[in-house]
Amino acid sequence: MNFLFEIKEGLRIAFYAIRANKMRSVLTTLGIVIGIVSVTMMATAIEGVDRKFQESASAFGANVLYVQKFPWVGHEDWSIYRNRRDIPLKVAEDIEQHATMVEAVAANVITVRPTQFEERNMKNAFITGTTDQYIYASGTNVSDGRFLSQEESNGGRPVCVIGANVVENLFPNQDPIGKFVKVGSLPYQIIGVLEKQGGLFGIFTSDNRVYIPLKSFMNQFGSKRDVTINIAAKKGADIEDVKEELRGIIRKSRGLKPSDADDFNLNEQELLVTTFSGFTAVIAAVGFFITGLSLFVGGIGIMNIMFVSVTERTKEIGIRKAIGAKRRTILIQFLIESSIICLLGGLLGLIISYPLSLLADKILPTAMPLSIVGIAIIISLVVGVVSGFLPAYRASRLNPVDALRYE
Amino acid sequence: MEIIKLQQIKKYYDMGGAEEVHALRGVDVNIGQNEYVAIMGPSGSGKSTLMNIIGCLDTPTTGLYEFNKVNVSDMNDDQLAKIRNKEIGFVFQTFNLLARSNALHNVELPLIYAGINKSERRKLAMQALEQVGLADRVMHKPNELSGGQRQRVAIARALVTSPSIILADEPTGNLDTKTGDEIMVLFEEIHKKGNTIILVTHEEYIAEHAKRIIRLRDGLVEIDEHVKRRKIMNGE
Repeated sequence: MNFLFEIKEGLRIAFYAIRANKMRSVLTTLGIVIGIVSVTMMATAIEGVDRKFQESASAFGANVLYVQKFPWVGHEDWSIYRNRRDIPLKVAEDIEQHATMVEAVAANVITVRPTQFEERNMKNAFITGTTDQYIYASGTNVSDGRFLSQEESNGGRPVCVIGANVVENLFPNQDPIGKFVKVGSLPYQIIGVLEKQGGLFGIFTSDNRVYIPLKSFMNQFGSKRDVTINIAAKKGADIEDVKEELRGIIRKSRGLKPSDADDFNLNEQELLVTTFSGFTAVIAAVGFFITGLSLFVGGIGIMNIMFVSVTERTKEIGIRKAIGAKRRTILIQFLIESSIICLLGGLLGLIISYPLSLLADKILPTAMPLSIVGIAIIISLVVGVVSGFLPAYRASRLNPVDALRYE
Repeated sequence: MEIIKLQQIKKYYDMGGAEEVHALRGVDVNIGQNEYVAIMGPSGSGKSTLMNIIGCLDTPTTGLYEFNKVNVSDMNDDQLAKIRNKEIGFVFQTFNLLARSNALHNVELPLIYAGINKSERRKLAMQALEQVGLADRVMHKPNELSGGQRQRVAIARALVTSPSIILADEPTGNLDTKTGDEIMVLFEEIHKKGNTIILVTHEEYIAEHAKRIIRLRDGLVEIDEHVKRRKIMNGE
């Protein structure tokens, strides 16, 4: 008897058995259904967090370096960073003069001030003073109007460009371009609106920001400030070379001796992505372990019911063996049965989790990864074979004389 | 030609500890082609054990068993399964049909295990069912059939692979006398067509249908005799 015959006959018997015990099959399958739903939902959630993060990270701009007092991902005691000297505007000027591999340099400073338009007020807007170069050295894009011009920047004109959340807060029903907002106590005319960036960390994106010329900022809020310098590397330049050159320039500008350690950091998006990937990997591992447990419990349920099924059908196994079924035939028959129960559970799980993932998409933009469909099907098959094996093996080893006598 | 050759067949059952049950204590039996043999004996005589060994459901502890000149005493499970499938047709007292399958599928089952393709299978199964007079009941499940009809399905299943022997264990034990007689008529027909039949029974009345009776007692052959006044059943 060839293998195909055995599979075909096994399938027929399996469907028979499942149909004959509908309620039992459904309850048994439930364990697998829940397991598959939790695994797929876990995968969907991780996909969502990942996407959200990619979105946030892109707000920093690829190939953009940030010269700052603090590192984004610190490995040492925070006080070391805190006690560093502030980064003055002069560093940005030195970079502009000496760096050969950079496209754009934009110093920027931030403060939180209330911003008003007529009756509406936004208490926690991030007021950012910067230059016209900023748009080339960040991940932001203008959606309406334009960014600061060189003249406005150099002349410290009272104009501003606002982020998407600022628009939502202050101008729910009207076009903000050309209107005047009060930043602190002074009025600024809006010349542009930025694209929404979303992201996990609202403060790092442009959404809550009001950009004004650096000169205006310094005049209004004081010039003794710690500056962040955004630097866009030239296209095609090796980022490590760029960093090396910048380090030299900055160290010289800050008068560091060769024996001194850097008292600044060159931050970049890549650093966050790497750190975050490690972070999601841990979440994924823990998540899949926990959801995997529910699959494991489901598998035990299948094993239990298969043992019952084997015992119930001892006589049938005896008959089949008496008229010529080999051990392998019986083994395959029961393995197919448990696999089908699990496979049905897996498919049902997918059918349930798909609409759930659409629902999740409303909260956290995500989608069920296509690979998880394949993985779920494979997992349920594996659970079926593994948990069915012991009962099937026991059935295949039954002595036909004893099995026939069983009532 | 000899189909079955048993030499000094012994079967011991280990009952745990030092206790051992000697079910068969040295049985010598030869059965030739187209014989019609009844194996008789009171309960505990070892006739069930002998039937299991002849039917390749079990192997002897010691002794030689040749089936069609092939030594089957030391065969493993799967080899025995193959012999059972191709060479032996079983008819049981309790019919032993698959309850959830119809008559046709029950008869087809040994052919499935023999790896015969579907159309051939169906043809052979239909022929066998016709032979036992159930051509109009093929789609019925066992619980929709009478006891006699069920046993006919079982006989069809035993015949369908054209085995070397038909091994019937108390085939009329669960039937009333009239139905039992009908089954014995069927066996007579099968025998006339050249089949070898081994009948295991404890009823003298049934055993007398055979041409030869082997009587067992305490695990040994007590008497091996030809039936002088054979009861020959025919349809009428």
